[in-house]
Amino acid sequence: MEKERHVLVVFPHPDDEAFGVSGTIATHVQNGTPVTYACLTLGEMGRNMGNPPFTNRENLPKIRKEELKAAAAALGIQDLRMLGYRDKTVEFEDDAKLAKAMLSLINEVNPSLIITFYPGYSVHPDHDATGAAVVRAVESLPAAARPKLHCVAFSNNCVEELGEADIVHNISAVAEKKLAAIQAHRSQTEQMFGDVTEKLKNQDPQMMVWINNERFWTYKFDK
Amino acid sequence: MEPIKDYRQVQEAINAFANQDVYIHLETTNGAYASHHDQTFFSAGAYIRNALVRYEIGKITGNDPYRVGLKINLGWIYAEGLTHFEVDEQNRLLLAGHDNKGKLAVALEISATPFE
Ligand SMILES: [Zn+2]
Repeated sequence: MEKERHVLVVFPHPDDEAFGVSGTIATHVQNGTPVTYACLTLGEMGRNMGNPPFTNRENLPKIRKEELKAAAAALGIQDLRMLGYRDKTVEFEDDAKLAKAMLSLINEVNPSLIITFYPGYSVHPDHDATGAAVVRAVESLPAAARPKLHCVAFSNNCVEELGEADIVHNISAVAEKKLAAIQAHRSQTEQMFGDVTEKLKNQDPQMMVWINNERFWTYKFDK
Repeated sequence: MEPIKDYRQVQEAINAFANQDVYIHLETTNGAYASHHDQTFFSAGAYIRNALVRYEIGKITGNDPYRVGLKINLGWIYAEGLTHFEVDEQNRLLLAGHDNKGKLAVALEISATPFE
């Protein structure tokens, strides 16, 4: 993995970094690169309440906020920003204002690499809207001054339309940290995690590929 | 949250908010990933937070899952599929419907003060 000056990660939900990006984050931190993680919402609209329920609609954000802090700590992220938007409403925000907020974040952090979602290929409307705002912000910079932009995509049509990911990081060296980050988001991952641990113990080949490889598409700007 | 076992507890809580200004949170959802996991699935939902209304009569009916309807000044509010409830530490009535995996499918909440 290329050494960066500063990495900025921008996602809308507290667990968005866990499965696809946390190994990459942990690797950058291990390389001594500062990582800023800006998380737009607290995942207020999460649906997992448990059976029997362990929380309710009003208390879930408090739980997810603590989980986010724990995951960031597990990965060694020192600069965690919670931007105060609301889950499932990001796409309805004023586009220009949102892009401006992203631009001021970029100007302040001055990253050499930004990681976000690929707009249009990231399934959840908040993912697409967040990626689009970051793209608009980076686009407004002169081409020579733009940081690299690596995007996560996972829609059913992403490979068909974007081609295979041009960047694949094998993160097996920091797999423990990745699993700790996944586990930190207990309210969201515990249900499936039982299954994951079992498969990892048995070195389930498909699971190992899925956990150990993180895929990114470098964003291609028109202009 | 508790499973609604005795609907009269909920009815009493509903009655306590009648004929006064109240804030409503109402949502239904299949989750944002429903159509991603099953492309034949038609995903729909609706959401309103902090609607300020006043109801003259509110009623819980049905038999697990339950329905709740509120007759408000100029119309109606209702939710169906309700399985759990709680009067929380801020004295708000939280009603929710959870599917058998513990995922929230519907929520109806009533409060005398705005939700955060
Ligand atoms: Zn997400």
